[in-house]
Amino acid sequence: MKVLAIDTSNYVMGIALLEDGKVSGEYITNLQKNHSVRVMPAIQDLMRECNVKPAELDKVVVAKGPGSYTGVRIGVTIAKTLAWTLNIPLSGISSLEVLAANGKHFNGLISPLFDARRGQIYTGLYGYNEGLLQTVKDDRNVLASDWAEELKQREEEILFLGTDLPIHESVIKEIMGEKAKFAPYTSFNPRPGELAFLGIHKEAEDIHTFVPNYIRLAEAEAKWREQQNLK
Amino acid sequence: MSTDQIIMGIETSCDETAVAIVKNGTEILTNTVASQIESHKRFGGVVPEIASRHHVEQITLVIEEALKQAQVDYSDITAIAVTEGPGLVGALLIGVNAAKALAFAHNIPLIGVHHIAGHIYANRLVKELQFPLISLVVSGGHTELVYMKEHGSFEVIGETRDDAAGEAYDKVARTLNLPYPGGPHIDRLAHEGKPVIKLPRSWLEEGSYDFSFSGLKSAVINTLHNAEQRGESIEPADLAASFQESVIEVLVTKTLRAVKEYNVKQVLLAGGVAANKGLRAALDDAFKEIPEIDLVIPPLSLCTDNAAMIAAIGSVAYEKGKRSDYTLNANPGLEI
Ligand SMILES: [Zn+2]
Repeated sequence: MKVLAIDTSNYVMGIALLEDGKVSGEYITNLQKNHSVRVMPAIQDLMRECNVKPAELDKVVVAKGPGSYTGVRIGVTIAKTLAWTLNIPLSGISSLEVLAANGKHFNGLISPLFDARRGQIYTGLYGYNEGLLQTVKDDRNVLASDWAEELKQREEEILFLGTDLPIHESVIKEIMGEKAKFAPYTSFNPRPGELAFLGIHKEAEDIHTFVPNYIRLAEAEAKWREQQNLK
Repeated sequence: MSTDQIIMGIETSCDETAVAIVKNGTEILTNTVASQIESHKRFGGVVPEIASRHHVEQITLVIEEALKQAQVDYSDITAIAVTEGPGLVGALLIGVNAAKALAFAHNIPLIGVHHIAGHIYANRLVKELQFPLISLVVSGGHTELVYMKEHGSFEVIGETRDDAAGEAYDKVARTLNLPYPGGPHIDRLAHEGKPVIKLPRSWLEEGSYDFSFSGLKSAVINTLHNAEQRGESIEPADLAASFQESVIEVLVTKTLRAVKEYNVKQVLLAGGVAANKGLRAALDDAFKEIPEIDLVIPPLSLCTDNAAMIAAIGSVAYEKGKRSDYTLNANPGLEI
């Protein structure tokens, strides 16, 4: 079983190749550079290094957001086109869930986050149960302060992680105190190898209708709906 | 093995997700288009983020439909041509990345092509090109006179300095409270009215092939405004007819002058505004008197954005040895 995993949903770009249960290749950068220019050459290079031809792939797994609208579309477009044209299954995994997997040894719940500007974050709540990552609270777009207030009510300790954590760390610390734990920097990049593992057992998507999980409506769409409600 | 050249074209630069397959640069095997226009109507124009989202929803469906209709397999495809620009960057990215994935999966050559070159080459799907030629390109984003001395060679001899013709149409349509997209509505209304309202023609400095439509657009708005203030009413059909007459007179006159100066054999009409009936009729009339020059006007389906035109320019680019690697990117401001 050969699985190609692609994550371009945020600044971290990750590609992994999983062969028979082991990660045979993994490529990660955390740069503010154009995914559209770099991701396909990266896929080509990694597969060439690992000596795997496109036709030998058995599955494609992609990080489906949330994240940068443009970024996540690049990965999703490549993943769905590859899976469809090679006639192999496609699975989409939450970009936050991939990041949450970096907290697997934490004894509590995990809140991975991406900055969503103006004090907001994309986040969700995850936890490991008998070695399996589970969603405790769905992915959302929320004010970091509101989220911290909500999590403060819980019994478990919460681990926060993500490259954007420094933007929101002080707000979270102030509200949650000792209940909030912060992961080390080395666990901030979502790992495409984890993405591949999470995708293996995930059910296959309908490829044609598969789209990113943007969380938010397009701005024009949101305004239009608001106006419709006012009428 | 077949010796036919089979090019798949992919076009997602604005609000149409389009895939086509063209044989030997001239024969359309399929020309599949999924239009988003209904979705954008409620916003009164194309919303880039929404266009990008729709492209992701449609792209594999449209590719599948095209392959099915053309009864072509990947092993038959010589190259994949995709619009790399100009256009909306987020929209272009979907076509570019889908094209890369297909090219990679099946080891097929990839070629990034120019959208306007595509519009010009839509004509080759109607009739073989004869050089030298002049192409009048008129669309929502472009108004250009392009001189071609041979295949794949484009020299812009005139272009708009402000609004594109299609943009002016849309803005005037909005002023007249016509629905989006405004161009066809103005065209229709113009035929019901008479060009009795005096509007300016923008010739610019002597000898220039450039265009300018923002003055005309303002004149239309002022005319309406002044009439309103005087409590008079203006017949919208007459205003549409007068506006259209001004646009067309400038387009046709400059084209005629370029045709003579550059001593061309052929004149091509290209771009979305080429669907305008008034413009088509005026060009027909003008060139009736010079039958030695071949005027080509593509059918409506090849004037608006489509991928057959992308495959057509892709065919020539392939012959000329152009190839793109996987660093190919969307280039919203690409020069021809
Ligand atoms: Zn166009």
